[in-house]
Amino acid sequence: MQMPIYMDNHATTPLDPRVLDAMMPFFKDQFGNAASRNHAFGWQAEEAVETARKQVASIIGANAKEIVFTSGATESNNLALKGVAEMYGERGNHIITAATEHKCVLDSTKKLEKHGYRITYLPVMADGLVDLDMLRESMTDKTILVSLMYANNEIGVIQPVREIGKLCKERGVLFHTDATQAVGKIPVNVISDNVDLLSISAHKMYGPKGVGALYVRRKSPRVQLTAQMDGGGHERGMRSGTLNVPGIVGLGSACHFAAAEMAEEAKRLRYLRDKLKDRLLSELDETYVNGSMEHRLPNNLNISFAYVEGESLLMGVTDIAVSSGSACTSATLEPSYVLKALGAGDDLAHSSIRYGIGRFNTEQEVDYVAEKTIAVVKKLRELSPLYEMVKEGIDLTKVQWTAH
Amino acid sequence: MAYSDKVLDHYNNPRNVGSLDKGSANVGTGIVGAPECGDVMKLQVRVTEATGIIEEAKFKTFGCGSAIASSSLATEWLKGKTVDEALSIKNTDIVTELSLPPVKIHCSVLAEDAIKAAIDDYKKKQGVPAAEPAVEVGAH
Repeated sequence: MQMPIYMDNHATTPLDPRVLDAMMPFFKDQFGNAASRNHAFGWQAEEAVETARKQVASIIGANAKEIVFTSGATESNNLALKGVAEMYGERGNHIITAATEHKCVLDSTKKLEKHGYRITYLPVMADGLVDLDMLRESMTDKTILVSLMYANNEIGVIQPVREIGKLCKERGVLFHTDATQAVGKIPVNVISDNVDLLSISAHKMYGPKGVGALYVRRKSPRVQLTAQMDGGGHERGMRSGTLNVPGIVGLGSACHFAAAEMAEEAKRLRYLRDKLKDRLLSELDETYVNGSMEHRLPNNLNISFAYVEGESLLMGVTDIAVSSGSACTSATLEPSYVLKALGAGDDLAHSSIRYGIGRFNTEQEVDYVAEKTIAVVKKLRELSPLYEMVKEGIDLTKVQWTAH
Repeated sequence: MAYSDKVLDHYNNPRNVGSLDKGSANVGTGIVGAPECGDVMKLQVRVTEATGIIEEAKFKTFGCGSAIASSSLATEWLKGKTVDEALSIKNTDIVTELSLPPVKIHCSVLAEDAIKAAIDDYKKKQGVPAAEPAVEVGAH
């Protein structure tokens, strides 16, 4: 077993060596600009980009012409939200999203609010899912866009995308989904899911960092966007800038392997994830899974170990790379807003650990991670005044704490 | 974030973990912080009433590694001091000793508050008016 063990695959994934092999020629001899129309260097690059475009389209059931390459999902989400808002601003000024979206969605909508748009932030239910009735009731004549993520990056909860898409279609509202965590992990199809815009990132599916895509529907309806990056008119005018050919080839290749291996791999990941969950829950008391287990990515586990603070837990497992929703591990000193949105309470948010199992994790590694986590939680509970108080029968919610 | 060797040492080998009888007249207990803030420290001292010297100090902490280290260090420093000397321990001493980065200074403040709360509790039990402004003590 190679140490340390990487099990933070929602943050990023290692590059698959097969993907790197596909990319290498485009760092070396085939360095052409895909927009060079009059020599072989350009043609080679363009051909590679078009192959990648088909591979990306194929994994989401789209047409290659509907794929716009970007620098990653953050850019794709920015382009979808701001591009739609600007293009359809005369039709309406209302956008619906949810409290548990990624920061790049929430910060984009916050910026739009400053420009006069009205944003509804849907709360989520205790399991992390949005309430479809609430979504329906939030729609008005002014609603131009609904943006809800496919699967959450912290708790792995999968939204009822198909139903959301259907609802949007009935109301003539565009539907964007940030599918960064979903594409390559679970089946995604823009036709059956009724999706109009969809964001993709390469480095969450064993591709390189710095490249992603936005699916923009061309038929029924034909979605238009106001470009947020002006220049040479690349990517059908929606995103200017010389194409990142090696990155795009990597994204295409990553989609190819993910699609080919998805069914088998999802089964394997689910087995490993469930094994990890079952061991943690059976050997530790007061341990809770955050978010729905039923509607969840097969590789995600987000657990709160009550009365143990997340950063101190991470400190005890230095040979394992996982992440925590604890405030002490974030730049903002605020605990995870996603977990807070579930209504779990700040104390459980501080006590949470996210495990993201990936393509290169083995069963032996999962066993080690379970064992190590259990040992450290037990040690820290010996140190925890809260655990002691609870064992003495004190109700922590009735205690007058001294906030600081 | 990189931790200093001293923080790592206290985290890996915390000193004086445990609890003293909070009902005892010569034991002072301080509980500070709140679960929703991500830190709660419980610090206890046992004092020899005749001399006013702290014989024993124990802690339990829910919090990050720096919070655990700050309270562990505080128990080491408390032992052998008189209750009045104990009140002279400042959070900045803890910051210096553990090389805490700015984002972790609140851990040292919490440890100082825990010391004051524990001493205050002891003095109250002894019927001595608190020398320092009373720090609010959590229910225990």
